[in-house]
Amino acid sequence: MPVFSDPTNFDAYVSGFLWILKLTGASALLALVLGVLLAGMRVSPVPVLRWFGAAWVNIFRNTPLTLIIFFCYFGLYATLSITLSDDLILNNFWLGVVGLSVYTAAFVCEALRSGINTVPAGQAEAARAIGLTFSQTLRIVVLPQAGRAVIAPLGSVLIALCKNTTIVGTIGLLEASNVMKQLINDNGDQVILIFLVFAGTFAAVLIPVGYFFGWLANRLAVKR
Amino acid sequence: MRMTRVAATAAAAVLALTMAACGDDGGSGTGTGSGTGTGSGDSNATGVIAKAASGTLKVGVKADQPGLGLQTGTSYEGFDIEMAKIIAKGLGMQESGIQYVTTVSANREPYIQQGTVDLVIATYTINEERKTKVNFAGPYFMAGQDLLVPTDSTITAPEQLAGKKVCSVTGSTPAKRIDEKYQGAQLQLFDAYSKCITALAGKQVDAVTTDDIILAGYASQPQFAGKFKVVGKPFSEEPYGIGLAKDDKASCDKINEILKAAATDGSYKAAWDKTLGKSGTPAPELDTSKFTNCA
Repeated sequence: MPVFSDPTNFDAYVSGFLWILKLTGASALLALVLGVLLAGMRVSPVPVLRWFGAAWVNIFRNTPLTLIIFFCYFGLYATLSITLSDDLILNNFWLGVVGLSVYTAAFVCEALRSGINTVPAGQAEAARAIGLTFSQTLRIVVLPQAGRAVIAPLGSVLIALCKNTTIVGTIGLLEASNVMKQLINDNGDQVILIFLVFAGTFAAVLIPVGYFFGWLANRLAVKR
Repeated sequence: MRMTRVAATAAAAVLALTMAACGDDGGSGTGTGSGTGTGSGDSNATGVIAKAASGTLKVGVKADQPGLGLQTGTSYEGFDIEMAKIIAKGLGMQESGIQYVTTVSANREPYIQQGTVDLVIATYTINEERKTKVNFAGPYFMAGQDLLVPTDSTITAPEQLAGKKVCSVTGSTPAKRIDEKYQGAQLQLFDAYSKCITALAGKQVDAVTTDDIILAGYASQPQFAGKFKVVGKPFSEEPYGIGLAKDDKASCDKINEILKAAATDGSYKAAWDKTLGKSGTPAPELDTSKFTNCA
């Protein structure tokens, strides 16, 4: 593999995928928190919250991610001057995390909501009958069961998120897809090899993730 | 149940294969076409001269660089396009016979090698590495990496970029040079220069860097008139050449002759005035002594 035997190229390759991991990690956490809150809103008895949750999901789920990320740079940062870090690279990184999180949260919310539907209505009714409030019912009775029912779909969301992080490259973060572009530009004779190595790295990381979530879903499933 | 599943799988596989086949056809269509064209002619009549004699010439140009190669709708305009017209005329063919093909920096060598295009006139810097893969005529212009800054900026040289934000395009040579030589600068990368220009207009970056001729093209766009200036101290040499197939020495020599003639009969200056000259930069002298020896 002549391209990757050059240490500079290899370092670029490693740092590209490190950015992917950092983006995935930070966005996954934020999206999970946001997604749980949104799912709670969508099933809450308060109409305004239900409306807000539905609006969020419909807006972000149906907007191309490229546009959302692009808006984070030219809208939030350039026009509204929202600066998340003084360092240019970190600023782009956090802008990317914001964009990925609001987008992915919509999918997390919908996955959880479908999980909530798998919890028999009797459970919530019983919880109400013993005097639990709405938030107690959701927290203690419904969400734990709903979460365990949707581990496999949440795994798919995570895998999609990991691949989506490459879009942050459009606002200048040197993540894997940008490194690939750079290597291809410098080594026009080894395009196929470079492409296969980058695609292969994604697959090598994500295929086990898929199996892990499948196993986890089985193990934690609520046996009814 | 079992049968339906097998049938469904088979159907899916067939569908996938069909689509893959279609994709292949679409991709290599032009390549195959030109290949047959070459083969059917006289065994010696290959290359650009023969193509021109047959009346059509496929020229790879940039589509996103104002003043040099810019696509508006289905037509192209710019200095590179004017060069293509001069060469077509010199080869004795009609301007209407030129088929422009959009190329980006990364696919210029492959396009020439595969025969997707016959010539590449697309801000194509001549260097040793590229010379091993393609042949270069020219250079028809000497560019150099420079900085585009707001009119009121205090930046006058690349050394003053420390701590400043500089914008360029991912994977480009100018971006690499800033990264290697001027490490104090913070490098903002986008996938197109137009985004850098937007960021410069909004003051998110302090400078945009690439070849001076490209920067001049952006500065001369009507919506930015008077807002930006090119610093004017190039810190690299980028001789723009005309790329063609490695084994096509005859056409390469011919194009150099055409360029020499264009330098003296005024058509080179006319091409400049019609395009990049609008930014206020006077036409440069075409230095024919620097022309490559076609290999």
